[in-house]
Amino acid sequence: MSDRLLVSTRKGLFTVIRKASRWDIAAVDFLGDNVTLTLTDPRDGRSYAALDHGHFGVKLHRSTAAGWEEIAVPVYPPKPDGYEENDMWGRPLNWSTAKIWALAAGGPDEPGTIWCGTLPGGLFRSIDHGQSWEMICALWEHPKRKQWMGGGADLPGIHSICVDPRNSKRVSIAVSTGGIWFTEDGGDSWTQRGEGMRAEYAPPEQTHDPIAQDVHCLVQCRAAPHRMWVQHHNGIFVSSDEGKTFTEITGVEPSVFGFPVVVHPNEPDTAWFVPEIKDEKRIPREGKLAVTRTRDGGKSFDVLTGGLPQTHAYDVVYRHALALDDPGDRLALGSTTGGLWVSENQGDSWTCVSHTLPPIYAVRFA
Amino acid sequence: MARVVFTPNVQRHVGCPEAEAAGQTVREVLDRVFADNPRARGYVLDDQLALRRHMAIFVDGKMIRDRVSLADAVTGTSTIHVFQALSGG
Repeated sequence: MSDRLLVSTRKGLFTVIRKASRWDIAAVDFLGDNVTLTLTDPRDGRSYAALDHGHFGVKLHRSTAAGWEEIAVPVYPPKPDGYEENDMWGRPLNWSTAKIWALAAGGPDEPGTIWCGTLPGGLFRSIDHGQSWEMICALWEHPKRKQWMGGGADLPGIHSICVDPRNSKRVSIAVSTGGIWFTEDGGDSWTQRGEGMRAEYAPPEQTHDPIAQDVHCLVQCRAAPHRMWVQHHNGIFVSSDEGKTFTEITGVEPSVFGFPVVVHPNEPDTAWFVPEIKDEKRIPREGKLAVTRTRDGGKSFDVLTGGLPQTHAYDVVYRHALALDDPGDRLALGSTTGGLWVSENQGDSWTCVSHTLPPIYAVRFA
Repeated sequence: MARVVFTPNVQRHVGCPEAEAAGQTVREVLDRVFADNPRARGYVLDDQLALRRHMAIFVDGKMIRDRVSLADAVTGTSTIHVFQALSGG
């Protein structure tokens, strides 16, 4: 069981630990600064924290025995002279890291390898624990990459990275918006995946085009990597063939809209979601914060509300703000209104750690 | 030599002491300053070495016009202020 939680917020990084009878905030780092995401590498225990200083740009820090140290940040290559590429509004696209939106550890056979997904769509890899980064040029230079669009953000971005637990060279990523992309050679070549997803917001000609899909979050089951779950802008989708094809799960109450999904590491049919009124509202239905859980691959769902606020709750849970610990028993949930809850029984009941934190962007067991 | 003064707000992230450097443009002066303080470059300039969106540079009290090439002229007695813009929160 994990007894430590890293909570990334608009105003700092909060370390929450489990004490005898409750979870407590044990440390605050980068107080006042915008911490957008963390990764704790299960292979060596090092933690990485992404910060967005706004004026001063995006930075990365790594934990050491003495505290945090700033390390290299992914940098886009120089735009070739005369090369023209515009954003959705016809303005020149700035090849510059606008946000770190995904951090993932490489496989056990690649110690030191860290993957990093960014806005405006660059994927980077470090093989030296973040001391230096290389852009995955085969993806950035893929001709279809220019069809990626902004979703929740103005720019397209890579928010999900799934390294196949059986083979570290096989990596799936998800883009908002740009669908799912897959490499089986460590990033040297990429193919689009994700047939079967559906984009209501696109014209009929593009509704089922895999590149038009606004995947909000993609996860892969560790013990059964053929099983992938997607929380999509238009609903919940499940794959049994490593993301090649997806089946839509419909009729889930209170809603199929949301941002995060987590899958149990050993039970591919068990996954959790945080439902909200769909896109034009993005708030819990009837002001009741809930988590939904399926244990049968999406045939049925439990609506879990024990310990979660059920009156006038307008908490939005971002795609990185729902976490599951390594054994698959403890969950943590952080919201835009500064609420943090932990469950020690797979979501059956929740305990509030705080409801006065800054807006929460990400929670991770560490 | 032009004098370069950095916003105090950046100092808690990376030390940027006042500096002097030669150059005929903002780019030339800053290149020399950042050669001695490479970590500071990424706090002021983006990946393409243009001025970050919410940063501002003034030469002798006037905001520079060329935020991409930083080609605004500098004299040997100029003072360059590297500040945060009010935009950006």
